[in-house]
Amino acid sequence: MFGDYSISDLGAILAMQGFAGLILFSVYVLMALGLAIIFGQMGVINMAHGEFMILGAYVTWMTSNAVQHTAPWLFPGYFFIAMILAFIASGALGMLVEWALIRHLYKRPLDTLLATWGLSLILQQAYRSIFGAREVGVELPEWMMGSWQATDSIQIPINGMFVMALTILITIVVFYILFWSSWGKQVRAVVQNRVMAGAVGINTEKVDRYTFGLGCGIAGIAGSAFTMIGSTGPTAGQLYIVDTFLVVVFGGAASLFGTIASAFSISQTQSTLEFFLSGSMAKVITLLTIVAILMVRPQGLFALKVRK
Amino acid sequence: MSDETKPGLKSPLRRKLLMGMAALPAVSMLGRPAFADVPATSAVNTTGLAVTDSEVTVGILHSVTGTMAISETGSVEAEKLAIEQINAAGGVLGRKIKFIQEDGASDWPTFAEKAKKLLVNDKCAAVMGCWTSASRKAVLPVFEQYNGMLYYPTFYEGLEQSKNVIYTGQEATQQIIAGLDWVNKTKGAKSFYLLGSDYIWPRTSNKIARKHIENHLQGCKVVGEEYFPLGSTQFNSVINKIKLTKPDVIYAIIVGGSNVAFYKQLKAAGIDLSKQTLLTISVTEDEIDGIGGENIAGAYACMKYFQSLDNPNNKAFVPAFKKMWGEKTVIGDVTQAAYLGPWLWKLTVEKAGSFDIDKIAAASPGVEFKGAPEGYVRIHENHHLWSKTRVGRAKADGQYELIYETADLVEPDPFPKGYQ
Repeated sequence: MFGDYSISDLGAILAMQGFAGLILFSVYVLMALGLAIIFGQMGVINMAHGEFMILGAYVTWMTSNAVQHTAPWLFPGYFFIAMILAFIASGALGMLVEWALIRHLYKRPLDTLLATWGLSLILQQAYRSIFGAREVGVELPEWMMGSWQATDSIQIPINGMFVMALTILITIVVFYILFWSSWGKQVRAVVQNRVMAGAVGINTEKVDRYTFGLGCGIAGIAGSAFTMIGSTGPTAGQLYIVDTFLVVVFGGAASLFGTIASAFSISQTQSTLEFFLSGSMAKVITLLTIVAILMVRPQGLFALKVRK
Repeated sequence: MSDETKPGLKSPLRRKLLMGMAALPAVSMLGRPAFADVPATSAVNTTGLAVTDSEVTVGILHSVTGTMAISETGSVEAEKLAIEQINAAGGVLGRKIKFIQEDGASDWPTFAEKAKKLLVNDKCAAVMGCWTSASRKAVLPVFEQYNGMLYYPTFYEGLEQSKNVIYTGQEATQQIIAGLDWVNKTKGAKSFYLLGSDYIWPRTSNKIARKHIENHLQGCKVVGEEYFPLGSTQFNSVINKIKLTKPDVIYAIIVGGSNVAFYKQLKAAGIDLSKQTLLTISVTEDEIDGIGGENIAGAYACMKYFQSLDNPNNKAFVPAFKKMWGEKTVIGDVTQAAYLGPWLWKLTVEKAGSFDIDKIAAASPGVEFKGAPEGYVRIHENHHLWSKTRVGRAKADGQYELIYETADLVEPDPFPKGYQ
């Protein structure tokens, strides 16, 4: 297949393909982090994860419109404001949902699945009623479009690099929060033994609420970032949910390291196969491999020992 | 509703509208005797459809919830506009159209169930509806069993023909062949990279495209053909492959949310559509709204209607549509085709002099609609439309600029020989 191409052509493609894989990796990590926190730390299967992402996307769209109309000089940097607002909006909605719905279901994990699925349908229809059934186009500042010309033949998408940088930043922040801050210690204490954590004075209800809010808030940031590479419509969240669950389940539900490792292996397999085979076949083979591995290792790549 | 003037209608349509409106006050003053020229219900409705002396009921069956609501909203809007205009012009055989709208909810069994409800319970004289081929395939047996009439608006893959369906969009060969010939002739294109979402329409269309490229265009070849699962959002790998193979033309039939991801990533990867020719048959003005005009500017689309068409019918249609549905709404190919449905049905009923389904089906071939926003259309014996095929170039403001149109109407050929 490569007989007709020069060595430098192939080198350029190899480099760009490597970046394509890394970008896909970042996208997967960003999608899955919020879900992994909620699933891993709280054992709640949040089927409405995609809708929390799309809330972030809609917030970005509204911010973009508002900035264009009121303060056009701010437009080149509006995306950063939009991401913060997306975090706040999705996080606040997440905390509201936890308070109104999820906390009554902690002892019934399968019911959270149904409840959050219902929630996702409600949110989809709410978006449709509020923003209309059609997709909205989020306008990006000029500097975020286009590509960076590394050499004559190597072009790296700027929005891809932006997503990579964002993913690294958010991953570091999440790890810092969960593993170094005192609040993170409380979260992990609740995960390991809820009753004991309560006995030593940790407000477990509050910890739950903020954990859920954090997970949803990160979903909001992810949704905001994905307006650069994907569509924004009432049901666009559904496009991400399957891949997201795949990454989290394959990684081992309770492990953030596992999530990252699984995002890496799935994205590399997917993008390499896509290059040599076709898009649909790549998906089929990736899914088959994951199913086979999960049959041998149902707990996923990395499994932490947790309280049962 | 009846005395509302549509501003700027300058066409045969306008004349009809004015005549209808002029007649209305007189009619309402005189009461029943004024209907003397309206044929008796028993004469025009021998099979028990929902037709009374003053009203006729039709159905609208689209998804207004679920994934497909994105696409089908425009069709619903167009059909309602057409019905309102027909009523303002005096209705069909002197009867006002009343519509019952059902929601297919993007779910094919629901479409079948609602179709049955519209035909069996509501006795609809005609149904405007469906969008995806899957939904049409789901309702087809229902329409054939209960003898209903469906006006289907979407461009689709062909390979179907039914007494009970009028296809107001283009079938695949109408949309594909003229476009490929054009790009081959004017751009000197020799190599093609075919892309599509992974379901029946893109696959069948690309099959026709491949046959045409390999068998009918001198020295042309397909350098790649790929499909992506519906909803796929990552296209960086295939974009790299395109960069490697450097095709003259990217031929893209990607649909739905994937569309947005594809064009955004294409632009981000540094593929400049003002230099790289891209020809699509799946992106209408509706989709550009989500993609963003700046991301797709320079791409060519091949279909039968663009909102920017410069003809008197369209100049009346676009403002009427915007007046009813808002200044910001855009009108894509399928929306226009959906608008044709109620009008073609009205003209057919008037030609047949009856609402009976069998008589309409028989009278359909040869029915002409001179007020179509796309220009003149005519129903073929195979229940598809004769229509022109056009190539437009996307501009940053989200509109297409007309580049080329076929000189004559293109004959619909749902079962193309040598292309299967």
